[in-house]
Amino acid sequence: MQRGLNTAMPREQDNRKSEHQGLTVMKTKKHDRILLAHGGGGQLSDELIRHHILPRFKNDALSELADSAKLNLSSESVCFTTDSYVVKPLFFNGGDIGKLAVCGTINDLAVAGSKPEALALALIIEEGFEFESLERILGSISKAARQNEVDIVTGDIKTVEAGAADKIFINTAGIGVQLAGVDLSLERIEVGDKIIINGTIGDHGMTIISQREGIKFESQLKSDCAGVGELTCELLKNTNGVKFMRDPTRGGLASTLNEISRGSGLSIEIRQGDIPINPTVQTAADMLGFDVLNIANEGKFVTVVSPESTEKCLNICRGHQLGKKASIIGEVMETSDIPIVEIETLIGGRRIVQMPYGRELPRIC
Amino acid sequence: MLEKIYKAQSLMNSACESLGRQINIMEVCGTHTVSIFRSGIRSTLPKGVKLLSGPGCPVCVTDQGYIDTVLALAERSDCLIATYGDMIRVPGSSGSLETKQSSANIKIVLSSEDALQLAKDNPEKTIVFVAVGFETTAPATAVAVQEAAAKSIDNFCVLSGHKLVVPAMRALLSGKNDKIDAFLCPGHVSVIIGFGAFAEIVEGFGRPCVVAGFEPMQIIEGLGEICRQLAKGFAELKSIYTAVVTEEGNTTAQKIIAECFEPADGYWRGLGKIEKSTLKLKDKYSRFDALNRFNITETPGKEIKGCRCGEVLCGLIEPPECKLFAKSCRPDSAVGPCMVSSEGACAAWFKYGDAKRTG
Amino acid sequence: MCLAIPARIVELEGDNAVVDAMGNRYRAKTTLLPETKLGDLVLVHAGFAISLVDEEEAKKTWQLLAEISDFDETPNKVSG
Repeated sequence: MQRGLNTAMPREQDNRKSEHQGLTVMKTKKHDRILLAHGGGGQLSDELIRHHILPRFKNDALSELADSAKLNLSSESVCFTTDSYVVKPLFFNGGDIGKLAVCGTINDLAVAGSKPEALALALIIEEGFEFESLERILGSISKAARQNEVDIVTGDIKTVEAGAADKIFINTAGIGVQLAGVDLSLERIEVGDKIIINGTIGDHGMTIISQREGIKFESQLKSDCAGVGELTCELLKNTNGVKFMRDPTRGGLASTLNEISRGSGLSIEIRQGDIPINPTVQTAADMLGFDVLNIANEGKFVTVVSPESTEKCLNICRGHQLGKKASIIGEVMETSDIPIVEIETLIGGRRIVQMPYGRELPRIC
Repeated sequence: MLEKIYKAQSLMNSACESLGRQINIMEVCGTHTVSIFRSGIRSTLPKGVKLLSGPGCPVCVTDQGYIDTVLALAERSDCLIATYGDMIRVPGSSGSLETKQSSANIKIVLSSEDALQLAKDNPEKTIVFVAVGFETTAPATAVAVQEAAAKSIDNFCVLSGHKLVVPAMRALLSGKNDKIDAFLCPGHVSVIIGFGAFAEIVEGFGRPCVVAGFEPMQIIEGLGEICRQLAKGFAELKSIYTAVVTEEGNTTAQKIIAECFEPADGYWRGLGKIEKSTLKLKDKYSRFDALNRFNITETPGKEIKGCRCGEVLCGLIEPPECKLFAKSCRPDSAVGPCMVSSEGACAAWFKYGDAKRTG
Repeated sequence: MCLAIPARIVELEGDNAVVDAMGNRYRAKTTLLPETKLGDLVLVHAGFAISLVDEEEAKKTWQLLAEISDFDETPNKVSG
């Protein structure tokens, strides 16, 4: 499949180092921690890029090491997005900041109706950060990129003095090619449209929270961090009833549904009984007094789909690894005055789902 | 499950018919308030049954003066404030713990043991444990104080905001709001004090008291039982939270509370001064009392103009009746604690809304 | 005014316990429940076990809703 990326000839100097271009990482001098010089643009920077970055992200655009990556994309309709990643802890059950940085940006492209193609990767690293941790993160980035068929085509590394950053911050920007004939927008949403989610909610947020200082508890909790591009593309190619998609990251499902409601001017009703939640996640949230609807997800997306296409969408999701627990959780309703999101609870009651405050605080009372 | 709901609803309907007027049931527990709203129970109740939120949100009833004391201590560079998350956004007269710039010396803890550990890990600081909560939480504070004494962890102290539920219920019925027909009593406070503790409300004031847990079905069945009694015209003490509540309660916990604390008069937001309604550390533990250590006299705070948290807490008005509700008083810019506390009636009303009744 | 959940004691040394609630493990103190032992189901609040939980009653109290919202995978760890 034509990837559309520039296939320039590698520069002559690179031919001498071709024996290093496997995935084996080679260090010319052993450093176990990042030094300021690694971001200084000189010898150490060069070594870092050639021995740790290039071997992991083999693609022609990157190996040029030009100031900008030249891309030939198959369409003029592109999606472009960026996100920064500052998650703590850096490593958690189900992933790490690297995997998150790739999947998070891919997912933003995917739910916009595009096929993710290329990512830019920028690292800001605190002086003293362990090389071993950096390598682990780079390995995760590389693996996630390969699994999701995107190339890291350009990047940047800066180092800052100890204390000026909390270990490592990552920014990724991504480009995706708009899928032909796909038009996702809030304006298309109509009364009667159904809402589907591809799986359980709250897994990522509760996993992170469970490993924070002061709250730390061991758990079977696992982040759902994953790139959903393959599934969204399959949905969009095989049905034309998908009107809108969004990934419920920070602020959780509550935030996303409120955004959709406000943006479309229509009310939404969901059913608690149809929302897939892992009992371990629910209990962990109960223990801290959190509402699972407000907790972040990193491998999930909400689809608003026409009634006629609902069943087909559901089946496509359930046939994919990332959609086995997909469920129709609600629908778009008539609105009398202000659009609201309402939930029908397990006992048959009703209440409003508000936009979350933005910070869930653990409580004992 | 549906049958149990229908049964409870029919008991409620019978009570409404039989009394021929609105029934006011007070749920004396912030956790009940949140559970009731989150599970949409209000929308399933018949129109004649009104649920009042009572002074059972420990943060909401915490007097302004206490909050200002915590804020003042948070400013000190030799102090580290250890607090449950509940207190973080409660507004004092000038900001909240959340808005304090150096959040480095404010730590959220999930247990009094964590606060004690902070003291061990930071010998150069004085750890002030913001001890709010009712009888459910007081034993945890007592255990920490006993451990601090036994192990000479002298840089640990407690600012006790612990309150007692029954004196508040008594005060309500004796003056503030005599329109309360019955109480849905707090399940976890009862684990500690025993459901027998509410006997004086039943006998002294003739109000049914039913102890229920926090699962929606517990609350619905509890309300059904209350209405069953009201319809028949009697008042009884009953617990349906049989999984964990006994008549005498947790006597070990009661003894530990008694060993460390003594009841003292205290100020409650909305209820004013109530006799023997708060817990104060006994003299033998006075060196762990933050009031003593920092020479603080607690003065009741001034009520904020326009804030009607007090009336909300007594069940006299519903949050939307306050002029500030949802206008200048919202969760992101709360005027009073009822809006910011996760259990506050105003926050619950704001978040969960007055959704359409299905009944 | 008190968040508390049922959890099973899976480790116990003195009054220091580790409890398991649906696959989440927390440290908890059993100082307020001196009679408790390994394997007991207890109610945990603010890091302390405050009550033994009757297993049969627990199923009725906390399981009721689980009957409706059936999750096919995870075994019910509360009732053990």
